[in-house]
Amino acid sequence: MMTLFGDPAQWLPVAFATLMGVSILIYVILDGFDLGVGILFPFADEAEKDRMVASIGPFWDANETWLVLAIGLLLVAFPAAHGAILTALYLPVAIMLVGLILRGVAFEFRVKAPGHHKVYWNAAFYVGSLITALSQGFMLGKYIMGLESTLGIWIFAVMTSVFLAVGYSFIGACWLILKTDGALQRKAVAWARGGIWGLIIGIALISIATPLVSERIFAKWFTFPEVVLLLPLPLMSALLIALLWFGLRQLPTRNDRWAWFPFVAAIALFTLAFFGLSYSFYPYVVPEQLTIYEAASAPESLFIILVGTIFVLPVIAGYSVLSYTIFRGKATALRYD
Amino acid sequence: MDTLLLSRIQFGANISFHILFPTITIALGWVLLFFKLRFNATGDVKWMDAYRFWVKVFALSFAMGVVSGITMSFQFGTNWPGFMETVGNIAGPLLAYEVLTAFFLEAVFLGIMLFGFSKVPNWLHSLATFLVAFGTTMSAFWILVLNSWMHTPAGFELRDGVAHATDWWAIIFNPSMPYRLAHMLMASGLTVAFLILGLSAFRWLRGDRGADARAVFKTGAWLAALLIPVQIYMGDMHGLNTLKYQPQKVAAMEGNWDTQSNVPLLLFALPDEAARENRFEVAVPNVASIILTHKAEGVVPGLNDFVAEDGTPQHPPVAPVFWSFRIMVGTGMAMLVLSWSVLWFMRRGRGPAGVPKLMQLALVPMAFSGWVATLSGWYTTEIGRQPWLVQGVLTTKQAVADVPAPMVASTLAIYLSLYVLLLIAYISVLFYLARKAGSHDGPAPSAPKSQPVPAE
Repeated sequence: MMTLFGDPAQWLPVAFATLMGVSILIYVILDGFDLGVGILFPFADEAEKDRMVASIGPFWDANETWLVLAIGLLLVAFPAAHGAILTALYLPVAIMLVGLILRGVAFEFRVKAPGHHKVYWNAAFYVGSLITALSQGFMLGKYIMGLESTLGIWIFAVMTSVFLAVGYSFIGACWLILKTDGALQRKAVAWARGGIWGLIIGIALISIATPLVSERIFAKWFTFPEVVLLLPLPLMSALLIALLWFGLRQLPTRNDRWAWFPFVAAIALFTLAFFGLSYSFYPYVVPEQLTIYEAASAPESLFIILVGTIFVLPVIAGYSVLSYTIFRGKATALRYD
Repeated sequence: MDTLLLSRIQFGANISFHILFPTITIALGWVLLFFKLRFNATGDVKWMDAYRFWVKVFALSFAMGVVSGITMSFQFGTNWPGFMETVGNIAGPLLAYEVLTAFFLEAVFLGIMLFGFSKVPNWLHSLATFLVAFGTTMSAFWILVLNSWMHTPAGFELRDGVAHATDWWAIIFNPSMPYRLAHMLMASGLTVAFLILGLSAFRWLRGDRGADARAVFKTGAWLAALLIPVQIYMGDMHGLNTLKYQPQKVAAMEGNWDTQSNVPLLLFALPDEAARENRFEVAVPNVASIILTHKAEGVVPGLNDFVAEDGTPQHPPVAPVFWSFRIMVGTGMAMLVLSWSVLWFMRRGRGPAGVPKLMQLALVPMAFSGWVATLSGWYTTEIGRQPWLVQGVLTTKQAVADVPAPMVASTLAIYLSLYVLLLIAYISVLFYLARKAGSHDGPAPSAPKSQPVPAE
């Protein structure tokens, strides 16, 4: 069974790197909009805040689970890399966890604690979302730069952290365009118009920096014929950004027909950026240090996880779709009955 | 303090904070399903009121459990890389199955369970409640499989210092798993029984005579009274299992230094590891031998059998294990006495009204007795495994990350202050919700459909 696709020490690490990559991408998109909604909190009034939380309330928990799956897959499939990456990122991880804790509990406390405490839990929701996004961006920057600690890398990581937070707030605004109407929707359009700048600069920054840091990555992108074959990636991104730019100027339309477009385009954009990064780093799981083949667990253990995953993932996808179907349409107040 | 000790305190603090909430959600999910099914069967609105009150507690506890659980999955890497590097081939699949079969299930259906009541058919809402309860229990299953394997590893072989699985059946059903799982599930049931009993007593004392508070009070009392004898029996079985596989832990629990017969049960003692003896012993002759071997002259292993040639102890630190164990057993005994007394006073349909005020007052702090017993039980078994992280395979010292001690100290300080704040917020919100539930006029705040209760 294990030799179905050739040498298991070859294809199993690739399969798991793919699974992990997909989990990270799904996490970044799904929790990205949750966190983005939190980051936009200070710009909304009290009633709007309730509506914004209502738009993500039924989903955030499952969205966050993709992070657990991604980190779990890193842990189980590439244990050596898990240790190397996480000990190198010790402090930003700890700060992210504090952010995730604050954000997660604030969801519940802001509506269950006595009324006059709500303002504090709203603040905790905002701060938690923001520092989660910032620390994830910081980790991304450090990871891209090979997990080293120099002043230049530190500055780069600070920049990626700001742009990831802006990127999250952009996809959060796109989600709100889809899930709300009226004044809040118009506000969300304005937020997205502002946020798209951060997205453009952020993607450009990373696209320029990565090949400059690594000759290997430079060679992967800028040799013939790869440079031609990969051309659709930047071209499609540019096209999507142009469409978003134009589209956001037309929204909201009178019958709300194109409200879905910014969110879908943002997903496509995140996916393209993610694909570009994955292409750059393959086959490394710790940049320039450890390949997925070197870091992988024993094939027997990977195989037993893979079997389970193949059966379970479609089920997870199924009931996730069910949940999004039940709570489709414009967000209404969250009620327990 | 060195990195090892700080990392241990940090992980101990995280897992202690974390376990408080799954301990509640595992059993509370099933209790909610019970309320929902009672409502479906009887149509009595008190069951739905009970559901609506306790689903708020569930949602809050669930969120606390999720966020503190994520912390731990990262700490494996940030603080304990040696764990996954050595036993990752075993622990990995078990953790992966937990995420895949439990986390997504509970997280997705929690949304439907909390907010879907008016959006989905009633059967689907009941099903979502069931799936959330099932998911939390599955999660407990997988994590206890892994934890038990760390105590009684089986079904593997070491190649070049790395554990490789040889028999998954033996890994999953390792010798201590059935006992530990049953003991923990019972602990969860008891924690919830006393929590709902305690908060209902609180409502009762405040003059809240809501039909739902009364129904929940009775549910809690019966659940507590039925589970506690089973739990005491399960605990005894688990102890015998530990005696077989980890005798040094039992020796520390009993404070028994020398392997001997007719070992007394120590009610009080101050174990002194430097002198290798107990001070101020208060003992009941032969009873430890009777409990552990069912014979007064039974031989019980002693701590002095577990000392290396050079004098370094190969057994756990004695005093923490000894005392944690006594706190757990003491709490269990208090639970037994209290729950059966409450049942006695409630006899012949008197309900909470028959229970004396003093006992009602005692029930309020007992709302958190399950936490005390669960934590001290976990300290007994986990500290009792030291110096091993995986018994006989990997020591805790070998697994720790080489992170500078001040860095661990600073994150530890952040986590600790956050946890203290959240715990205060959590407990005060529980009582706030209980007060608010009682401030409504009449028994059924949600009876008229035209006034839906918002998600608060």
